[in-house]
Amino acid sequence: MSTHTNTYPQGDAFNASLKTRYRVATIWQFAFLSALLIAILALTALLYNVVDGAFGYVAYDYKKDPATFTPIPVNELTKEDLLVILKENLSSGAYNKLENEQKLETRTQGELYTLFLERLVQIDTKATWSMTDSLFRSAEIRAEAAEKYPDAQLEFRSWLTPQFLTTPMSSKAEFAGVRTAVLGSLWLVGIAILFALPVGVGAAIYLQEYAPKNWLTNIIQTNINNLAGVPSIVYGMLGLAVFVRTMEALTSGSAFGVTDSNGRTVLSAGLTMGILVLPLIIINAQEAIKAVPDSLRQAAFGVGATRWQTVWYHVLPNALPGILTGSILAISRALGETAPLIVVGASTFISLDPNGPFSKFTALPIQIYQWTTRPQSEFHAIAASAIIVLLVLLLTLNATAILLRNRFQRKW
Amino acid sequence: MENNNYAIETNDLSIHYGKFTAVKNVSMKVERKKITAIIGPSGCGKSTLLRAFNRMNDFVPSCHVTGELMLQGQNLYSRDVDPVEVRRKIGMVFQKPNPFPKSIYENIAWGARINGFKGKMDELVEQSLRAAALWDEVKDKLQQSAYALSGGQQQRLCIARTIAIQPEIILMDEPASALDPISTLRIEELMQELKQNYTIIIVTHNMQQAARASDYTAMMMIDDQRAGGVIEFDVTKTIFTRPKDKRTEDYVTGRFG
Repeated sequence: MSTHTNTYPQGDAFNASLKTRYRVATIWQFAFLSALLIAILALTALLYNVVDGAFGYVAYDYKKDPATFTPIPVNELTKEDLLVILKENLSSGAYNKLENEQKLETRTQGELYTLFLERLVQIDTKATWSMTDSLFRSAEIRAEAAEKYPDAQLEFRSWLTPQFLTTPMSSKAEFAGVRTAVLGSLWLVGIAILFALPVGVGAAIYLQEYAPKNWLTNIIQTNINNLAGVPSIVYGMLGLAVFVRTMEALTSGSAFGVTDSNGRTVLSAGLTMGILVLPLIIINAQEAIKAVPDSLRQAAFGVGATRWQTVWYHVLPNALPGILTGSILAISRALGETAPLIVVGASTFISLDPNGPFSKFTALPIQIYQWTTRPQSEFHAIAASAIIVLLVLLLTLNATAILLRNRFQRKW
Repeated sequence: MENNNYAIETNDLSIHYGKFTAVKNVSMKVERKKITAIIGPSGCGKSTLLRAFNRMNDFVPSCHVTGELMLQGQNLYSRDVDPVEVRRKIGMVFQKPNPFPKSIYENIAWGARINGFKGKMDELVEQSLRAAALWDEVKDKLQQSAYALSGGQQQRLCIARTIAIQPEIILMDEPASALDPISTLRIEELMQELKQNYTIIIVTHNMQQAARASDYTAMMMIDDQRAGGVIEFDVTKTIFTRPKDKRTEDYVTGRFG
């Protein structure tokens, strides 16, 4: 018994040491909690910053008084009134151009009203304020606006409107929308996933289930892991050299009879993004396949299954949730990447929807980047709105993938 | 004619992992419709030998086999033999129950289907489950998950799955080591029924199980190069009562090591 008392602290000494242990534990627990709080704070600040820019007071006036076009108050204008006003006041060239795009009679009152504001009275934004300022310093803002812009009207507005989603690009922030950018991004992600998912999963299956473990496969594996960390601009250069230039006949569609296009198409960009997310998909699929227990493979082989039957009926279905997790990461990456798109030649100003793989295109990050570099504050406001659209799009696509994953995750 | 009494036989069968020889020069004749047990201390190559019988070792990259494994006059390791065909003829039940993550029905039907079974699937499922003494317990929940079954039931399902592809030989790798005593007993009773129709080779750690359940016993032991080999192969009763080899006697009487 005496050896025990000598080797381990007893009584008060033990209690003292226990206290120290608890103290150390508390300090670490606090450190972990702080780390979590810092992370939450950073994300909240990010989100707040975005939302802050997308709503707020705006001071604007009209270059021409609406009263010079019509005696009717602007908020009582009907579609017929607007058609007459536009017909009378637009130059015939401008009117015919609009007619060619879409017959004016077939447009909605809202669209016509936007045209009226854009082309005739020519709304002119003088200043914008952030949401925080608008909420807490509204009296000061009113005073400032009244003093600096005596003719301007002050209005609290959300830059993120349904119209913002459905209108194409415009050189005026008030009338600009993200429709072309959203469609471009969807095309881009779609093509990227369509290309990268089968190729990536195929490569992962081969590496995990078929390839022998030797120095060659080791080198390949190491390279795939490293490729996942290569800066995206490098993929942009690759895309430019391979898809835009070398394979121009295919990516521009000239081999399929499309004439008015060069290699800077949504197809080139999508394939570039596909290459970019390929390592990500391969690695995730490999991990998912690795996680399928060997006992399952043995069970299948044990009843006389071939390698392929084992993979197809047992390994893949069980690895599918993990594979879809990889594709979620891939979608997020493809949706947010900007640098490679600049290199492969995304258009910064385009008002036509992408209508096929050989279209010129723009994408949300490009649009956001372009708007934030403009000096006018109203462009920063629509950039903030576009960021919200991008985030919502990201969440929607990811939620779809997660729903799919949960469907396949049915546990027996 | 004596060939007909043997389901499978090995001639100087050796199993190597790279340069290391794990099992050396095994020559044994396994009699048809009997239960042959392989016993021996841990690491002596029992499971390695068993897996060589249906070419499961093919999946270990560095593994290669020399010597002959004869089934009906054909060396299963000759070049023109397809390992998939071998595994259809020689089924296997593993140490840990490993049903597919599917329904009970599908666990049996899958193996049959991929092997091109043309008969009535419902009948096959029922027959196989009856043969594995599981039918009465699961007949009302065939569409339920196999994972909902107890460990012993899962192992009998694995046996049913193996029976369903109508093999000639069933290999069992410590099939009861993960089970409780009652489930173990049921598996042993089942083996006695199965030997009416099948040749069974079983690896076991459990001396009593080998003594109780088997007709023949192969005693394995490693030599000074750490290569396992069959040191004695005889009728089970002889192995347990009058072993010729001193090492076998020490092992079966619990005086080993």
